Amino acid sequence: MTENIIEVSELWKVYSKKDINFNVEDEDMIESLDVSGDSVVAVRNVSFSVKPGEVFIVMGLSGSGKSTLIRCLLRLVDISWGSVRINGQEITAMNKRELTEFRRHQAAMVFQHYGLLPHKTVIENVAFGLKLRGVPKKERRERAAETLKIVGLEKWDNYYPASLSGGMRQRVGIARALVADTPLLLMDEPFSGLDPLIRREMQEELVRIQEELHKTIFFVTHDLDEAMRLGDRMAVMKNGEIVQIGKPPEVFANPADDYVARFVQDKREEIRKTDEQMAALATQPEKAVNNDVS
Amino acid sequence: MFPESLRFSVAKSVNQGIRWLLQTHGSAFDSFSSGILGLLLWVQGRLVSVPWWGYIVIVAVMAWIATRKIVPTLVLAFLPFFIGMFGLWGLAMETLALVITSVVIALAIGIPFGILMAEANLFADIIKPILDAMQTMPSFVYLIPAMMLFGLGKVPAVIATLIYALPPVMRLTCLGLQQVPKPVQEAARAYGATRWQLLKEVRIPLAMPSILAGVNQTTMMALAMVVIASMIGARGLGQEVLMAINRIDVGRGFEAGISIVIMGIVIDRITQGLAKRWDPNRR
Ligand SMILES: Nc1ncnc2c1ncn2[C@@H]1O[C@H](COP(=O)(O)OP(=O)(O)OP(=O)(O)O)[C@@H](O)[C@H]1O
Ligand SMILES: [Mg+2]
Repeated sequence: MTENIIEVSELWKVYSKKDINFNVEDEDMIESLDVSGDSVVAVRNVSFSVKPGEVFIVMGLSGSGKSTLIRCLLRLVDISWGSVRINGQEITAMNKRELTEFRRHQAAMVFQHYGLLPHKTVIENVAFGLKLRGVPKKERRERAAETLKIVGLEKWDNYYPASLSGGMRQRVGIARALVADTPLLLMDEPFSGLDPLIRREMQEELVRIQEELHKTIFFVTHDLDEAMRLGDRMAVMKNGEIVQIGKPPEVFANPADDYVARFVQDKREEIRKTDEQMAALATQPEKAVNNDVS
Repeated sequence: MFPESLRFSVAKSVNQGIRWLLQTHGSAFDSFSSGILGLLLWVQGRLVSVPWWGYIVIVAVMAWIATRKIVPTLVLAFLPFFIGMFGLWGLAMETLALVITSVVIALAIGIPFGILMAEANLFADIIKPILDAMQTMPSFVYLIPAMMLFGLGKVPAVIATLIYALPPVMRLTCLGLQQVPKPVQEAARAYGATRWQLLKEVRIPLAMPSILAGVNQTTMMALAMVVIASMIGARGLGQEVLMAINRIDVGRGFEAGISIVIMGIVIDRITQGLAKRWDPNRR
């Protein structure tokens, strides 16, 4: 048993139309990949580790490589360079069978774009991972039905994903990951399509599940609020690189560079404004009553 | 003009090849031939054991399942009636037996091969030009060698029909599998689907509309070819057309032609309707 559940070191991922033999030492090559229109360096020399039971947040602008990074953890894309160890197992060295076993039992993923199976009902979608593992039909149905209750979709079990709203589909995706009952949860912007109310509810549910079952959660989000609320530690990505890792309040208080500073700036503005409003309210109590609704 | 010195003819070697095949492997072709004939006769035996009104009922039921509309169901069920009135019922049954046998064999070969094409690029690269050749080669070119190898009658007709009707189901099976959205496949892989599970649980079900469109096309093409194949003695409705042409009996040719059209319409509407019912993307 190693101390870290996820250990990523010097990870690179290059998307390329041509076959390339990627080598980190070859700086000319990396430079040529950067300027070439045929390839994208989506993850660039990324190293970090996550302890068991931790909620690790990844933030960054669109296109900064967050989804690619989370895909690398399950080896859903070919890893160009570096090492990914999960639970002490080097996943870049696994053969097909080991990889299948690993995906079935070690980690479950929530996809940014849901990735539901359109030809299966909601409950079949949720039970899908269990079916792949060979769990008997009755048991997997029961477990799926229970998990659907957690996400509040128990009445929708026999509908097809096409008749669900975006937020409901996202919750089906979440249920599918929860029911797999793996030690590691990989979540790619799982709450981004939900309205604030359900979003808050789901966040609380996630915290509850995490505390109760001691899951490790790798969580991608755009929302700093969410990062602050859920995260034990967070990483900020830019252009495929991790530019800062730390506890959310630390990152918030001491941004490592301009990019991170701009990232947290909106939040600071917001807090400053609320502070001002609070101050204003304190001086004009009678007006506050009228403005209550806002 | 193309230089005379570069002329090279393969005609002779093809002729020799066919003759060589006949001499050395004649018995293999014979036993293969009797296998197909056995299947064909079995199918035909089943078909003629059903009374004429039985077909009206079967067509009505299948049309109802396929369309769920009263008027099309009634029209489709009534159409075969004309074939009987023209006195062509027996010949139509022979044609139907040929179509069914050819289509069953075509699907048994075409769907697995289509899956293989989608799974292995190299295989697809090899097969695709062959399919192109099968579709563009004028059918008379292979009707004659088929007749030489398998004798006159229904078996070469089935073989020629296979050559003509096999490509669409193969292509559309392959295309359907390739068009399954990548994110859906990725999600299945993420939960530990093996290649086989991915195929069985995700790719084939989602490719089903395309595969069934292929089945429909293959069936229609088989019907068209079975008619041409009566030139090598396959009997059926095509024979009637041929005879009418020989005697310049336009009216008789028209009746046979209409009967073929009726079979085409009924088969097409039913297979298409069933394909739509099967569509997994219920919206
Ligand atoms: N399959 C792919 N083929 C080629 N390039 C890709 C592929 N997937 C992603 N990319 C590229 O990799 C880069 C990182 O993409 P990624 O999806 O990881 O970003 P992201 O941080 O998840 O963005 P978002 O916040 O919008 O989801 C982008 O420039 C994108 O164009
Ligand atoms: Mg993303």
